[in-house]
Amino acid sequence: MEYKDYYKIMGVARDASDDDIKRAYRKLARKYHPDVSKEPEAEKRFKEIGEAYAVLRDPEKRAAYDQLGRNWKQGQEFRPPPGWDRGFDFSGGFQSGDAQGFGDFSEFFESLFGRGGGFGARAGGFGGGGRQGFRVRGEDQHARVRIDLEDAYRGATRSITLSSPAVDADGRVQQAERSLNVRIPKGVRQGQRIRLAGQGAPGPGDGPAGDLYLEVEFHPHRHYRVEGRDVYLELPVTPWEAALGAKIEVPTPDGNVDLTLPKGTPPGRRLRLKGRGIPGKPPGDLYVLPQITVPPADSAAAKALYEKMQRELPYNPRSRLGV
Amino acid sequence: MSDAALHGTVIDERYEFTITEICRACGGTTEWLVELVEEGVLEPRDRAADDWRFPGHALPRARTALRLQRDLGLNTPGVALAIEMLEEIERLRARLRRFETEISDE
Repeated sequence: MEYKDYYKIMGVARDASDDDIKRAYRKLARKYHPDVSKEPEAEKRFKEIGEAYAVLRDPEKRAAYDQLGRNWKQGQEFRPPPGWDRGFDFSGGFQSGDAQGFGDFSEFFESLFGRGGGFGARAGGFGGGGRQGFRVRGEDQHARVRIDLEDAYRGATRSITLSSPAVDADGRVQQAERSLNVRIPKGVRQGQRIRLAGQGAPGPGDGPAGDLYLEVEFHPHRHYRVEGRDVYLELPVTPWEAALGAKIEVPTPDGNVDLTLPKGTPPGRRLRLKGRGIPGKPPGDLYVLPQITVPPADSAAAKALYEKMQRELPYNPRSRLGV
Repeated sequence: MSDAALHGTVIDERYEFTITEICRACGGTTEWLVELVEEGVLEPRDRAADDWRFPGHALPRARTALRLQRDLGLNTPGVALAIEMLEEIERLRARLRRFETEISDE
């Protein structure tokens, strides 16, 4: 596994004070917080910062980490030296408050401080599964499911893999993977959640499982842009189609349809295909944005046609500018 | 993995959360949620009702609020301000995307 230079990640010196570390964390957390930041790697960076902070803010973890020495480089291949944590006690795992980020901490972190980070860290607090009759509902969990726009038009089934804390025979919390097949209902929209009752974290003891909320996210589409239940398509058209009007075959996520482009369609005009957006009650609309493209004058014939237009078509596109 | 696909409920604008469900889904306490309502971050359908019900979009808002409080150390008025500004930025970004499309048409 790779060594993590937590000081470098936080941008602080090895002898930074607790206040320096807190200030650095706050500043980086504001910059990379997934709710705030649009930086492409924000979520990954934020996790990294949360992990670094979980170690450096805790005097015992920081001391243990420092003991590894200062000669390691970020990303260097790493194995913890045998008995490296002698004199430190991490056996109790760590408190939920440590899990600043989303999801799990790195393999590096887990090799040093044990597992049970991030997702559902609080489950660790319930201890081993041996307390019979102790009925606490498992936690609700949240995950994301990525689908194509077409799936929202037709419905689909998607398989997702979740990592949940589970208590093993020795009473330790381990991350267990499980897969679920989930029906994506027709008409679902970007950002909506699908609630799956009883598919969250298992309850400790014989408590019932929590619920699972799946956030729906659309893959970016090559052709369409989606806003709520409406869908937008940029449609290239020729100057003569725009000028003379035309019947054009237009793709929609639900198959091709015929669109009548009105005679004299100006640039910037939006054409609405009512009810061709994401299905529902009411369904969304599909907006076609015609884009007039200019054919290249790359042959003698094309050139001759343009020259004929130049001669015979009196047209000043700049008349409004008074020139 | 079981082969049968699980059918869930889509949380849309017609969906109604109880206060317990929102708290459970976010891992927050009832007092915390009441504070969010008092600060105007969340709006129950009928504030005067004994039993508050929240529309579907209250869930992502409440989760964002919790994360901002936990990760950035914001207090509730700070969270309210941040969420309003984030939503305003999102609206502006959507407008920008529209204008960019229109400009590229010309």
